Amino acid sequence: MTTTAPEAGRLEAVFDAAVAADERIEPRDWMPDAYRATLVRQIAQHAHSEIIGMQPEANWITRAPSLRRKAILMAKVQDEAGHGLYLYSAAETLGTSRDELLDKLHAGRQRYSSIFNYPTLTWADVGAIGWLVDGAAITNQVPLCRCSYGPYARAMIRICKEESFHQRQGYELLLALSRGTEAQHAMAQDAVDRWWWPSLMMFGPPDDESSHSAQSMAWKIKRHSNDELRQRFVDICVPQAASLGLTLPDPDLRWNEERGHHDFGPIDWDEFHEVLRGNGPCNDQRISRRRQAHEEGAWVREAAAAYAAKHGEAKA
Amino acid sequence: MSPARATPAPLGTAAALALGDDALVLSHRLGEWAGNAPVLEEDVALANMALDLLGQARTLLSLVGDEDELAYLREERAFRNVQLVEQPNGDFAHTIARQLYFSVYQQLLYGQLAAEDGPLAPLAAKAVKEVAYHRDHAEHWTLRLGDGTAESHERMQRALDALWRYTGELFEPVDGLPVDWTALHDGWLTAVTGVVEQATLTLPGGPQSGAWTAGAGRQGIHTEPFGRMLAEMQHLHRSHPGASW
Amino acid sequence: MTSTEWPLWEVFVRSRRGLSHTHAGSLHAPDAEMALRNARDLYTRRSEGVSIWVVPSTAVTASSPDEKDPFFEPAADKPYRHPTFYDIPEGVRHL
Repeated sequence: MTTTAPEAGRLEAVFDAAVAADERIEPRDWMPDAYRATLVRQIAQHAHSEIIGMQPEANWITRAPSLRRKAILMAKVQDEAGHGLYLYSAAETLGTSRDELLDKLHAGRQRYSSIFNYPTLTWADVGAIGWLVDGAAITNQVPLCRCSYGPYARAMIRICKEESFHQRQGYELLLALSRGTEAQHAMAQDAVDRWWWPSLMMFGPPDDESSHSAQSMAWKIKRHSNDELRQRFVDICVPQAASLGLTLPDPDLRWNEERGHHDFGPIDWDEFHEVLRGNGPCNDQRISRRRQAHEEGAWVREAAAAYAAKHGEAKA
Repeated sequence: MSPARATPAPLGTAAALALGDDALVLSHRLGEWAGNAPVLEEDVALANMALDLLGQARTLLSLVGDEDELAYLREERAFRNVQLVEQPNGDFAHTIARQLYFSVYQQLLYGQLAAEDGPLAPLAAKAVKEVAYHRDHAEHWTLRLGDGTAESHERMQRALDALWRYTGELFEPVDGLPVDWTALHDGWLTAVTGVVEQATLTLPGGPQSGAWTAGAGRQGIHTEPFGRMLAEMQHLHRSHPGASW
Repeated sequence: MTSTEWPLWEVFVRSRRGLSHTHAGSLHAPDAEMALRNARDLYTRRSEGVSIWVVPSTAVTASSPDEKDPFFEPAADKPYRHPTFYDIPEGVRHL
């Protein structure tokens, strides 16, 4: 599409006005290339996170210690596949195919949330993921329901609605452990100790180091800064941890009357950047598992496509 | 031609355990696919079926006792599921062949039970709708794999052949189930043959059961992979005796 | 290998009797029958629907954004199509 300079200016003004008026941008609307690219990057990363995020939890489906927990966990992992699908669909409205996005994921050219590069070592980790990781994700996601891009916002509304049980089941799981035997309580505390800091890192680098934030805020793709959301999350978690009878592994964590928020200790950003760079405990494992599932499924996808080609027209 | 139907009797432990263990074990196997399916849409579909089956298992086992004690604290020899459902997932074709053989059986079985006045009728009435979908899913995939590419055709045929020897056991009468087993087998064979032929595949010709006279799953005689499956499934629960979760 | 990528389908769900089908999202499927089944699993797994339509995305003809004004503006000057256009005396119900 070639547009003349004055025409481009008019389109941009229409776009800017729509964003300013809190209207949604829809797939066939004109949008700046950088806006489109930012959205594709963010939605793809979000979709990949759902898909990769299935692995650490699926790791415990076959070992879930009660049938009730097993059903809950299967339903949750299933939701994650579903959420990945909603998000890939949203990304596709921007003109990139799911295959393209998956290829980029498999080639390591697109990211997913670093949190899933940590292992689930015990059953309690399933609870910690629900409470802390999903809790952090929800804190991040709720504002995205008002994101300026319509398909993304609608996908997020659906996802947030469906995810409401994810965090609660995690919390309930940890509560049962915390109130259970000594060994179960210790298992719960150990999981919280390991997941707390990585969960805080999920909000991304501090505001003064976040490269994409300012533009995303202006475009209303993002509504709150990383540090703002992180603080909100910490404030929510502290009383929840107390009710669980578990402690958070931060000696500097205390209420600051003046700020009206909890102060917390310094985050190890070296670890964050290292995991991001590929040196987390499970980076290779997660990607190779994903790639393997995709490659092993190729003949199935080909078969269905071949069948459709043979029978498709005849049926219509 | 068929034996007289048993009159409705209170549901025996044997019947609930047999059907409950079938559902429990197949649900577990389907759950192993989570995150590994050939395409995301199938991740969702396989999980749906696993959840349906787990729900059936919980209802059935609860008729016998505590569902978790039964699932997690019984030894391998006390499980009464057919050997078919414990077979490892293999490739997607094996999973689909297993689904086809079992879901057709389950739908016809629950169909009969739902029509009876027995204690299982309410459960069967609900389950028959669920398994009708499982059957539909299996049939659609059998057609697509059988009549897809040369590779998928070959894989699907191999899977049907490999699992055929576990199908005879499905029609072994279970104490306390008011089922016409001969009619069940006939109906099953007709349905499976229809799908297999439509999929351009060949109905396996060999025997429907192994030669070993000791019995099979319904007698608590299982195949080697089942022990490892149970070890994984029960390990955590057994490591914390008496704990609640 | 885009040759084996399954086509995209738009999914419309009737959430309950009496309502029209509403666009729920999209999905990939090799053919219409599988698309229906995938849609059932994906968009109605919390029993959100009583009926589903699937339509190949390529079969959708959309008004282009450039035509937006002439296409939609005429409707904006027909407020009498909307119930709130009419003044109804207080106390009149079931209208």
